[in-house]
This record gives sequence, structure tokens and C-alpha cells, in this order.
Amino acid sequence: MTSAAKDVKRRGANAEEMGARQRDISVSEFFAKNRHLLGFDNPRKALLTTVKEAVDNSLDACEEGGILPELAIVIEDLQPDRAATVKSSRYRVTIVDNGPGIVRKQVENIFGRLLYGSKFHRLKMSRGQQGIGISAAGMYGLITTGRPMTIVTRPKANALAHCIELAMNTKTNRAEVITDVETQDFPPERLRGVTLGARALASEKGFLDAIEFPTGTSVSIELEGRYQRGRGSVDEFLELTAIANPHAKFVFVPPSRESATEEDDVPLVTQGAASAASSATTTTDTHGVIIFPRGVQDLPRETQEIQPHPKGIELGILLQMLKDYEATEKGSLFNFLQERFCRVSAVTAAAMCKKVGATTRTRAGDIDPPVAEKLFKEFETTKLAPPPTDCLAPIGVRQMLAGMLKGVRAEFYAASSRDAAVYRGRPFQIEAAIAFGGDLPCDESARVIRFANRVPLLFQQSACSSFKAIAETAWKNYGLQQPRGNVPVGPLVVMIHMASVWVPFTSESKEAIADYDEIRKEMKLALMECGRKLGTYLRKRLKMKRESDRRDVFERYIGEIAKALHQITGKNPKPIYDALLLQARAKTAVADVELDEDGRVRKPSADAVEEEDDDGVIIVEGAIPALSSTPAKQAAPVQFDEPVTKEPARAPKKAVAPAAPVAHAPPKKPAKRSVADTPSLF
Amino acid sequence: MAAKKSPSPSSAQPATGRLKDRDVRTTKKIMELAEEMVRRALGGQDPVIQIPTRAKSNTIWNKKRGILEMGNATAARPLFDLKTAKQFMQTMLHSNTINDLIAAGKTSSLRGVFYKAKHTVAGTRENTFDGQDESDPILEDLEVALGALREELHVFAENRGSMVGNITIVDRGDEINCRKMGSGGYALPSIVEPDIIQFKKCEAKFILHVEKGTVWNRFNEDRFWEKNNCILTHGAGQPPRGCRRLLQRMTQELKLPLICVLDCDPWGHYIYSVIKQGSISLAFESSRLAIPEAKFLGIRAKDFQACDLDDAVKIDLTENDIKRAGEIAAYPWFEHHKGWQREIGQLLKNGFKMEVESLITKDISYVTDTYVPERLKARDWID
Repeated sequence: MTSAAKDVKRRGANAEEMGARQRDISVSEFFAKNRHLLGFDNPRKALLTTVKEAVDNSLDACEEGGILPELAIVIEDLQPDRAATVKSSRYRVTIVDNGPGIVRKQVENIFGRLLYGSKFHRLKMSRGQQGIGISAAGMYGLITTGRPMTIVTRPKANALAHCIELAMNTKTNRAEVITDVETQDFPPERLRGVTLGARALASEKGFLDAIEFPTGTSVSIELEGRYQRGRGSVDEFLELTAIANPHAKFVFVPPSRESATEEDDVPLVTQGAASAASSATTTTDTHGVIIFPRGVQDLPRETQEIQPHPKGIELGILLQMLKDYEATEKGSLFNFLQERFCRVSAVTAAAMCKKVGATTRTRAGDIDPPVAEKLFKEFETTKLAPPPTDCLAPIGVRQMLAGMLKGVRAEFYAASSRDAAVYRGRPFQIEAAIAFGGDLPCDESARVIRFANRVPLLFQQSACSSFKAIAETAWKNYGLQQPRGNVPVGPLVVMIHMASVWVPFTSESKEAIADYDEIRKEMKLALMECGRKLGTYLRKRLKMKRESDRRDVFERYIGEIAKALHQITGKNPKPIYDALLLQARAKTAVADVELDEDGRVRKPSADAVEEEDDDGVIIVEGAIPALSSTPAKQAAPVQFDEPVTKEPARAPKKAVAPAAPVAHAPPKKPAKRSVADTPSLF
Repeated sequence: MAAKKSPSPSSAQPATGRLKDRDVRTTKKIMELAEEMVRRALGGQDPVIQIPTRAKSNTIWNKKRGILEMGNATAARPLFDLKTAKQFMQTMLHSNTINDLIAAGKTSSLRGVFYKAKHTVAGTRENTFDGQDESDPILEDLEVALGALREELHVFAENRGSMVGNITIVDRGDEINCRKMGSGGYALPSIVEPDIIQFKKCEAKFILHVEKGTVWNRFNEDRFWEKNNCILTHGAGQPPRGCRRLLQRMTQELKLPLICVLDCDPWGHYIYSVIKQGSISLAFESSRLAIPEAKFLGIRAKDFQACDLDDAVKIDLTENDIKRAGEIAAYPWFEHHKGWQREIGQLLKNGFKMEVESLITKDISYVTDTYVPERLKARDWID
């Protein structure tokens, strides 16, 4: 054999051989190998992602079913006796909801296939979008532990529940049912005794009580994970979810022990973890069970599904839509335009048909690609109303404030909700809220909490459009410090929520919102509105502080002055003190008005503006440190009063003294000395 | 305090018995001030003290008399103003302190007054006075506000400055022979009014005032005052009020010319200016302190060459010195004075200053044996 022949052989397979190896790649296989794309990069995040996907699904299901959500999240440590140094462990994650349940025949599809779902094909606001999440979590569990996932669901109250064990076949992207039994056991009895706290709570009918769960679904997944509190933890996720979903109740039973800490695994550099956990206020913690109670009693507005907006689609999609329409309806282009798009009226549709050289009778199937392209260009240029916005369910100003108040201990809260706007033909709505002061740390960067369709986004903060919007907002105008190109520094929590029929995430793991100009602009406007409210408040607070400082200074000295004048003139100091105090009070009141008009930007009408804003603002009076000077201020006169009020016995003496020996002044002298002798003021 | 006027029978100290007319006057002024404040307080009016302004803007150069005088401008010191609230309180406290001092017939040092009025403000941790530097200006304010001299407020400063020479004086009844003061000299007290100090016998023909104690020691050790029949004084730098007042009294009552030997630098020129015309902050006392006839004998800018001094004596003018020299040259009393314009011009041209001690490079007693006598003889001075 020549070397050339060898070369050929070495170069590898020929086309045929290669062809034999070329085959379908199942999505499941793809994601099993690329699990980081779905948020299963490491054991800690895997645990979180599993909880998150299940919680998202449960909330979506409850809301669609018109049920106020009540969720139980139980994480069991299956290797509680492992060595302290072992960094990860095997956990069983169970999420139980009181949603409408799942009909038996859909169970395999929902939990056992990737890219299967109700939410992908329609433009409707929901937490899940792609139909990847929970199946991926089950798949991850299967890969790491070999254990199938268990689903217990009761779609009909008073009927038996289905208990199904599913294992996914990654090759076929289909689920294999391992067991399938009917059971009375829903919500699962076992969970009520899983820990001491759970047992205690259950005995008071506060945990997984059957009455609260007439229908519902329970999902259990065993997986290799790591439970550790702090940033990017299950705890934080639930805390934030509770803020954005004040209508839902969550009961969280965490595992008995945390995994050995390992700093490098914590995704966010800022280890302000303690603040994240400790800032939860009204949440209660009994024997380790954490309850996030319901804050408001109404469900979010039910959202409408919408047709795509002509300005939001691409040419290829248009071609596909035409093909689909021909296949199902065999109708005219005229009808196609009106039926398959939103905001296309008969007049507009007719005009478009005419522009591309078609009549109102032309069949959609007869449109060739060149004509379609023309039509597509028409979409770009025609003036169309923006898409309808009833497909969006914002959290709402009141609910956001309720959520923040519940989750963050601050002194000032403001929220604002923008009107709906459009990016790429898709409606979206931005809401922002801020909490300021109180127990929040003063010298750290503001904490940013982000939500998309009420789901907290915990990772990749700096890649997110919202982060950029916060950094671009000029917080200095509102009285905060802000390093260049960064988030402001101060006792501040900034919350941003984007509600949309399709949230543009930067990746499948749904961690950051893509940076569309329209989105960022709306975010900035919402933040500015909150910022203005904060600025107004801070200026007012500063003014109050200045006022109380001034008053303090005056009142401090008045005592000394009254005393000195008394000693020189022999006149009773009390009336002098009182008169001066009265003047001081009046003076500081007047001074404030001057300060207001003193050329600061504040207009005299500022109060009116504030009243208008009042519904978007909550001020927790007790938490205002500026007022802490009040007690001191009050203390002074009290102290001053004491010697005077304490000597009622002496008072008549004083009155008598000048009366009896009228002739000489000497009686005044002892009077003065006796007063001077008292160690206090007079 | 009307009670204080009639001497209290039991505690009648000789001091209280000596409540003099001027004490009665001062007490009355304090009482008026306090009562005015009480009236304003009770009447709902702003308590405000009017205090004559002790600043350059309110200083007038009286060309005819050759002294600085205080103008009529006053500054209001309201209680209800953050900038002046504390000062208002301090003024009231010191009024009371002074009132007590007069009533007791005692005098106190500036520091004593500070301590007497210093305490923490009731209910706070704040001091009424944080330091003596806060207290002293308040006393000066009171002097001008009440139109009373410091000694009338029974307040005195530390003794500063010394005197020897051919003169005998009486100080609080004690006769002091200034010819026999050893090496230390007679320490100049802060209050030297005629009721305290009287001149008894004086043979001296002039007064030689030097800048500081070290130079004065040289002159005293060399018995300069004996050889030249004069009085020798120093004021430890910028002479305090007591020193200036005594110099003025001697020049006026004993008709003695005053010759100054100061450093050749802006600071020396300034001291001369203060002795001669008075200072801005004490402009209200100029008529008691200023000595328009004072003469500046040296050190002169020309002396580096005239006395053939060594290069080593030069001290470079700092930027601040140059600025200061310019300011002094622009004083209205120097502005049109050819001698001074020449002198300061020469100083700036030299670019260095000289201390009196620089003459030691010639000989240890060059200044007393040669320099001053020669200049006196030649009447070589600026006035």
C-alpha cells in the first residue's frame, strides 16, 4: 500500500460511513448534555431550579384555574448522616399546590417530555413559556439519582388521585410510566410528618390540610443538590416570589441541615446574604418551617390570549403562518390578516391586500414568497394601533407595596406602574418599586430584585436589562449616591417587574431579560417615577431634620439664657423660658416655609403633588431616624420643668417674699442663692 | 441687682465697699441689657443684642488725630439664628459673670472668666464654651456693646512685657523703683489705669521699646537705660493692651518720646503700626492706646549695607510676608508716607528680612553700644 492510501484511510470515514452515524438528536439528549443552559450548572443551582420550575408551574395552574394559590415546598435531606465535609447530598423536593390538577392522560406529556406545554404556542402572559422546566428537573433528577419523579394529582375533588412514577427516556423524549395507581392519599399524608415543625403545624391544620387542597398536584423529584441559604438560594427565591405574588401563600419546610459551605459556588459576589434572609419581616418561622402568608386576597387579573401583532413577526414566520392557514382554513388573505393578527381591521386588511396586488378574495395559499415579502414590508410601514394590553396582568401598585412591605423592613416604599408598551410587536408592561431606609444596610450597593411575569430572576444580574436601566438612572437627582455606571449605594431595594406575553430572556434558563431599547426605556421611566417620590421624601426628611436641629439648638440655649437673665435681673426664669420657647417654636415653623421657598427646587405646591402621589407611597413613621431627635428635644423642657414643678412648696414662699419685706431687696438674694444651690437648672 | 448697690451689711468686705462710681455705671448697663432682653422675650419680640462691629469695614482712619477709630456700624446678634444662637447665649452668660465679679468687687483673668461661665448646657453634653478662644471675643463684644473698658468689667489679661528705667511708679499703693529691677524687670500688668498706677519720679528722657524679651535682656544687661537715661520696655511681640496703655500714659503724662526697635519684617512694621495707630479689633480703645508720635528706629532695610552685615543674617521673605508687606504699605496712614513707602519698598527689593539679633554678628553689644546710640544721635528714624 502506498502512503497515499494510508492517508485516505487516516483521513477518516467516507460520506456513507458518516451518513450511517448521522441521526436525530433528541431535545432531551441535547439538554441532558447541556444542562447548564437550563439552570442546572451546579448542585446548588439545580436544587433551586427544580423548586423554581415546580413553583412556577403550580402558580400558573392555580391562577388559570381561578384558585388563590397555596403551595407547600418540602425539601427532604435523604442523606442526613453524611459527613460534614460532603458538599452535596441527595434531596427529595416536593411541591404541593391546590391548583386544578392534571388530567391523567396529560401527566406523561407534561412531566416527561421536553418542549411540551400549553404556553409556548400562544401569546399569553404566564410564568412558564417554553415547556422545558419541570421535565428538565425530572430529567436531572433521573440522571443524578436514577430515581423517577413522582406525581400525585387530583383533578376532581372527592375523586381518587392518580399517583404516577415517571422516568424520562432521553433518547425518545418520551416518559416511561413505572407505576400508576389510584390513591386517596392527597395531599400526601407522609409530608405532614416530615419534620417536627411540619407535624406541629399540621396538627393545627396549618399545613397541607385536606380541606385547603380539594384538587391539586404534588410533584416529587429526587436529585443530587446542595442546600445552602443566602443569595441565589431556595429561601431567597421563595422570599422574592412571595413579594411578587402577594396573593399566594407559601409554606416552606427546609432540610434539617445546610450543606457544608463553599464560597466559590455562590453565584453572586456580594455576600449580603444575611440581609436577604433577615429582611423578611412578616414571614413566620416555626420550628424551622417558614410561612409566607397571603398579603392580598384577590387573584391577578385574568389575562387574555392575543394574536401576534404584525409588527412583531418575521418573514419566515409569516410564510409559515400562511401555510398553516391554508392547511386549516383554506380562507382568503383578507380573512387571514384579520383573524391571525391583532389590530388589523377590515379596512386595513383591504388596503394591505390592494398594496400587494391581491384582491379581498385572493386565497392565502396563493401568496408566493415574493408577494409575502411585499406584504411583510407593508406590515413595517402601515400605521397600526399597538397591541391590546388586556393580555397583561401587572402586579399593581398596591400589591407591589404590600409585597415589599411584607418582605423588606424599610421606612419608605414607593411603587409605580407604567402603561403597557410594545417591543417587537409584543406588549409588555414595566413596574418598579423601591424601599428605602429602615433596617437596610446604608453602605452597600442597592439590592436589585428582578421579576419577569412574577418570577424572581436570581442570576446574571449585570446582564439584565433592568440592571442597566437602574445603572443609567440618575439617582443622584433623588438624593442618593451612585458610583459611575453602577447601581446606587444606600439603604435601598429596587424591584423591577416586567410583565409580557413573551419575556425576552437571554437564555433558556431564564435568568436575565434581554436588553431591548424599548424595555430599558420603560424601566428607566418607571424607576424615575419611584426616584422622584423618594427624592421628594428625602428632601422632606432632610428639611424635617434641619428643622428639628434648629429647634434643638434654640431650645438648648434658652434654658441657659433664662437662667442668666434671672440671675442678673432677679426675674422669675420660668415665664422668660416659656416665652422664649414659644418664640423658638414659632421661629422654626416660619423658617421651614422660608427654607422651602429658599431657592431649593421645592415649590410651595409640593404638598399638593405629594398628596397626588400618595397612593404610590408608604411611609413607615416609626422607622424614620430623623425623628429620633424628637425625644431628646422633648427631654430638655421636661428636665427644665422639674425643678419648677417640684417646688410647689417653695413657690408660695417666693410669692410671699417680696410682699412681706417690701422695703429692702435682700430677701431676693437668699431666694436667688437657694435656687442657685439646687444643682439642676435654677 | 439693684440690691447690690446698697452694701450688704453682714458680708461687707472692703472690696464690696469700694463699689466705685464706674462699677455702678457698668452694673447699670448690664442690667439695662438684661432687662431689655427680658422685655423682648416676654413681649414676644426677637431677643437681639446690638454689637458694634469690630472689623476693618467699621474702622475709620482719623487723619487729624492720627489714630484708628471705630465706626458706628453695629451687627445684630439675634438669639433665633443658628449662626448666632450660641454666641447670644454666651454673651448672656458672660454678662452674668461680669455682673457677679463687679458685685463681689473682684477681678478675674480672661481665663478665670472663661472657667466661671463654662459648664455643660443643661440636658446635653455640649459645653457653653468650648475654649478660651470662644470666651475672649465675647468679652470684647461686651466691652463694645456696654461701652465699658475691660478693666471696668473687672477682667484682666496675663501680665506681659517688662519695664526698667529711670522711673519710680506706684502700683496699687506699692512704690516700685524701676531702676532696681534686676534682670527680670517690672512685669507690665494688664490694668494700668491712673487709679492703679501712678508715676512718681521720672528722670528718663525717652522710652525705648523693643520687640521681645531677648532683645530687652541684651539692653538691660548692658544697662542701656542707665547710660542713655531712658525707660526700656518690651511687649513680648505684639504688645498687649496693658503695655500699650502704659506707654501711652508715659508719652502723654511725662511727655517722653517713644522710640521703637523692632525687626525688619512685615510683622515688625505691623507692631509699630499697632503701637502708633491702634489695631482694628481694638479700634474702640485707640484713643487710650494709640501713640501717634511713636518713632521707628530700626532695624531698617538699609542696615544690611549701612552696618555691613554678614550674608548669614538674611532670612528670605516668604510669599505671605510679601503679601503682608503690600497690605501694610497700603494702610491709609502709610500710603502717603514717603518714608514708609521707601522703607517697605527697600524691604521688598532686598527680598529678605532681618531680626534685631542680627546685629550680634557685628558684636554682642553692637546694638546697645553703637547702633542705637548712633541712630539716636543722628535722629535717624521714621515716624
